[in-house]
Amino acid sequence: MRPDTLFQRITDYANRADPYPLYAELRENGVTRQTDGGYLVGTYQEIAELLHDPRISSDIGNRTDPDEDILRRPDPPAFIGVDDPEHDRLRRITMRPFGPPHSPGRIDALRADITRITDDLIGSFRDKDRIDVVDDFAYPLPVTVICRLLGVPFEDVPLIRAWTNAIIASFDFAPEKDDRDHQERLRAGMEARIAMAEYLGGLADTRRDRPTDDMLSALVNDAGPDGRLTREELKSTATLLLIAGHETTVNLIANGALTLLRLPQALRLLRDRPELMPNAVEELLRYEPPVHMLPQRTPLTDIEVAGVTIPKGARLILMLASGNRDPLRFKDPDHFDPTREDNQHFGFGSGVHNCFGAPLARVEAQIALSALVPHLAGLRPAEDPPPYRRSALLRGPRHLVIERA
Amino acid sequence: MSGERRDGRIVIVGASLAGLRAAETLREEGFGGTLTLVGDEPRPPYDRPPLSKQVLLGRVRAQDVGLPGRRDVDARWRLGVAAVGLDPIGKQVLLADGERLPFDRLLIATGTRARPWPNPEEAALDGVMTLRTADDAARLAERLDAGPRRVLVIGAGFTGSEIASACRERGFEVTVAERGPSPLVGALGGALGALAATVQRAHGVDLRCGVTVTSLRGRDGRLIGAEFSDGSRIEADIAVVALGAVRNTEWLADAGLAAGPRGVACDAGCRAFNMYGIVTDDVFVAGDVARFPHPLFEYQILALEHWGNAVAQAEVAAHNMVSPGPCRRPHLTVPAFWSSQFGLNIKSVGVPTFSDQVVVAQGSLRERRLVAVYGYRGRVTAAVGVNRAKWLGYYQGLIETAAPFPPRPGAADPPASGVPVPSDVPSPQTLSHGPTVALTGHVPDRRLTLVRHD
Repeated sequence: MRPDTLFQRITDYANRADPYPLYAELRENGVTRQTDGGYLVGTYQEIAELLHDPRISSDIGNRTDPDEDILRRPDPPAFIGVDDPEHDRLRRITMRPFGPPHSPGRIDALRADITRITDDLIGSFRDKDRIDVVDDFAYPLPVTVICRLLGVPFEDVPLIRAWTNAIIASFDFAPEKDDRDHQERLRAGMEARIAMAEYLGGLADTRRDRPTDDMLSALVNDAGPDGRLTREELKSTATLLLIAGHETTVNLIANGALTLLRLPQALRLLRDRPELMPNAVEELLRYEPPVHMLPQRTPLTDIEVAGVTIPKGARLILMLASGNRDPLRFKDPDHFDPTREDNQHFGFGSGVHNCFGAPLARVEAQIALSALVPHLAGLRPAEDPPPYRRSALLRGPRHLVIERA
Repeated sequence: MSGERRDGRIVIVGASLAGLRAAETLREEGFGGTLTLVGDEPRPPYDRPPLSKQVLLGRVRAQDVGLPGRRDVDARWRLGVAAVGLDPIGKQVLLADGERLPFDRLLIATGTRARPWPNPEEAALDGVMTLRTADDAARLAERLDAGPRRVLVIGAGFTGSEIASACRERGFEVTVAERGPSPLVGALGGALGALAATVQRAHGVDLRCGVTVTSLRGRDGRLIGAEFSDGSRIEADIAVVALGAVRNTEWLADAGLAAGPRGVACDAGCRAFNMYGIVTDDVFVAGDVARFPHPLFEYQILALEHWGNAVAQAEVAAHNMVSPGPCRRPHLTVPAFWSSQFGLNIKSVGVPTFSDQVVVAQGSLRERRLVAVYGYRGRVTAAVGVNRAKWLGYYQGLIETAAPFPPRPGAADPPASGVPVPSDVPSPQTLSHGPTVALTGHVPDRRLTLVRHD
């Protein structure tokens, strides 16, 4: 089989604004080996099966050719990069202060806060003729919420932002390993990761025996049947929660605003029928998901996917955003339909690694976009497509400047 | 599509989960005729799984477990009155209050009831109870609130084990008596049965297997204790009889249907068979009372007491009631159920009793965290997760494709030993509790005698 270059083209920044034709090509071609030795899967049925297959590992240590820069990370991987039973233990302990059965009301209790923060942000730009949806709205909302939830003081948000940007930039896939910019980004990302983990570890230490009403306090003070996280585990877990807890939601809100600006009919529908918003957010998670792929899986044994054998230890890339547009699964998949009923999308993945923060992301996006809808009429993006962020994995606009039409 | 199937009169006998979901599906699919639901309990449809869990723990009141409706069903509700007969020729359901309900199509969803304690005098003692209805749960919860000294649970199937779990969680002394070799063995076989026994004892249950309760002792009309077949005795102020379920088919005795103690037989499209094995076209069956052939299990006739089956089968039955022949669907859902007890989440897909071997595919019995996979003649037929429900979707795929058993190794969290052992599914005769899946075979419930009229 001649290696395919599709993954290179998907990660090429030139295709960031519209990767969807490449995904159609991927679904057409089926599972193919890429020039870097990885395998891409982009059809719904196959992705769904692989997400639920216990023979698929999320632990990069099981790869025959792991990315060494990830292996060099000083901290233990958080649950996102670990398999059962360890994954299950870490996730269960972390879930205790976040959701049911032990903390069923945690997310719901944040609604009032989220609404107030949203209203404040909208109030601050209501009279402006030009705003950046990302910097003025989509970014400050989730970062404020996740900091409050974890117990990070608000004055440290600029610090968090700088670290997060460096870490996300290092997620880039560089075709040339010796690319100097890439090496520099990796180094900066690693430094930021160490600094953020140390910061969060120190913050958690101050909460030990002096709990405030936040998740870090709960994680250091409350022990369930599985005990507590070690300090190292807590550092990696808190880093994951902090980054994943806002980075993806920024993209979801910004992608949502852009989609509604492009589709006046959908915007009108949501203005007239605000009760459709929860459904519209699900459609958004299908149509323009914040996470486009899961790039770090690998089979623990040779497996067959759609007639192709993927060898044990090979890099397996699940193109979630492609599965979301699979016409074999979704009727009229390239159409954004806020009333779509049958919509089991991969916006939050699926299986044991299903997005931990999904309930929070849903509430944030619903409140944020509901508040934004009445203000979008008569506005248009200053540039379309807007400038995108580097990452092909966490895809969203870097800025989304909108102005009066 | 023919208009006649979209109107007319439909009667649903049984107003619990299957009856409600069928009614909603009928309206969803455009049925515009008159719809009547008959239920022997006075309450609107409610959810039973919490009755042996949250209600007994005092977290939810028994009257607060009403089933949320999916949509308005625009039906006439005849609640608090049982159906007592069916006239298949005149197409009428006879109610206990004398009313006759004419129908064009009928759905039988009468479910099951708790099997009573066989000795009526002992069963009448104050403190002897069963658990099936919301009223039962309310009575038992009230007794538990009063702080019993010891609760005796007779039968260690899922209901009995969940009751024991709730009692232990509230700190009450519990004795569980099971005629079979271990709890849950009737549904899950020997290996997981042994795990359940270990877990119950670790939680302080006085578990007695291989014994039967020979008498319930009373004084002044109140329960004071019990005697066992091994000669031992205990004192107890509550005895919960958890001996499985009896199918509510007596009202069909003269209806000419293939109805009996094992349920009402129907085809894959939920159409009832008559006593000659001829399929009817106006009488449908769904839920716990139905027994139907399942292609994944060699067309064995299955009777499932599962929440999910009641929903799925009701939806298929309702669809077929308003659809002409070629548009009808088979009920092929892979059976699934769950239980929570003693801190364990147990979930099953497939039919574990339809097996000859079992293997731990992931995790470990000792850690109480595993997926056990069941096989029959070299094919995967079931999987049970203990605190591992999220992996079961994969194993369901293996069941649906009749994948080879044992499954090939390579899954995360591999077991120490991947060697299959006999699944040790006992004959139902040796159990205190009825199995929640009955493989009822092709045998008719009544032998027919050919009568010649010369």
